[in-house]
Amino acid sequence: MAMSWILVGMLLLSLASALLGGQPEALSQAALDGAQRAVQLGLSLAGPICLWSAVGETMQRAGLSESLARLLAPALRRLFPEAWRDRRTAGYLSANVTANLLGLGNAATPMGIQAARRMAGRQTAASDELCRLVVLNTASIQLLPTTVAALRAGLGAAAPFDILPAVWLSSGSALTVGLAACRLLERWRS
Amino acid sequence: MAQLSALLLPLALLGVSLAAVARRQDAYSALLAGAGEGLRTLARMLPALLVLLPVVQMLQASGAAERLCKLLQPLARALGIPAETLPILLVRPLSGSAALAVGADLMATHGPDSPIGRTAAVMLGSTETTFYTVSVYFGAAGVRRTRYAVPAALLADLTGFVSAALFTRIFFPS
Repeated sequence: MAMSWILVGMLLLSLASALLGGQPEALSQAALDGAQRAVQLGLSLAGPICLWSAVGETMQRAGLSESLARLLAPALRRLFPEAWRDRRTAGYLSANVTANLLGLGNAATPMGIQAARRMAGRQTAASDELCRLVVLNTASIQLLPTTVAALRAGLGAAAPFDILPAVWLSSGSALTVGLAACRLLERWRS
Repeated sequence: MAQLSALLLPLALLGVSLAAVARRQDAYSALLAGAGEGLRTLARMLPALLVLLPVVQMLQASGAAERLCKLLQPLARALGIPAETLPILLVRPLSGSAALAVGADLMATHGPDSPIGRTAAVMLGSTETTFYTVSVYFGAAGVRRTRYAVPAALLADLTGFVSAALFTRIFFPS
């Protein structure tokens, strides 16, 4: 719903602005141009997005996920001590985090949901660990942001992946701040 | 380094195929499945592009975008981000496809290697569709009292946006 309001706001704003500026006839042309650009942009992005997502999927099937999961186990056990006691929850948790790291959002969400369900049980209030899991998933920890890199490749970037260090550092900062906020707010009961 | 970067895609294709074959996995069908997944990503993004780009174009043609940018310049400066990327902050927590559409538009308009294009890319890579994630996870778990999850997640997002601009400036000084 929120997107609808934003859209209505943008439409009202451009109409009002065009009427004030005295160039209302430019609007319809702009709308059509925009649709045209959308199709061109979509076409130029199709190739890189598909190719990189093929690389990502094959990487996962080649067993990179399991190796990553083993690497991550110690950190996850400390973040989710309660949930880690249950073997299946632990499995879902590490599958969720590794899929996120590999930039496979579509695979990460179902695993994360399974983990969240098992962690919540019948409680209707979120536990501290569940809040941590959600924040972990909203901070987008990606080793390979393939979709964004594919966008860059499709638009002619010289080196599509040269943004990697910046992406790692800024999602790392986001995650750190998110988890620190969780720690500070743990006393929040309602 | 430039050589490596130019060969990245062929090397990645070769590397993952070899790794899969070494594990006795069918590399060809894995590649096909992944390419299909890419088509689905595109299919999710395309409608958002088709609806949002005309509106963005209208905002620009009417002069509203310019006025809005000027109006919000102090806020953008306070956060240390380019004013042009503010729309990403607005839609990113709500809709992933809309954020991709807005980001792709910025990269196409200003160039993928411009400071604005790079900042947009790093922002997209380091934040998530927070409200969607929160509602999916808590909804599935039957949790009604979300306590501090939403403010903590939004704070993480804001950190992501600000540091995206910061690290882009550090790594790619213009």
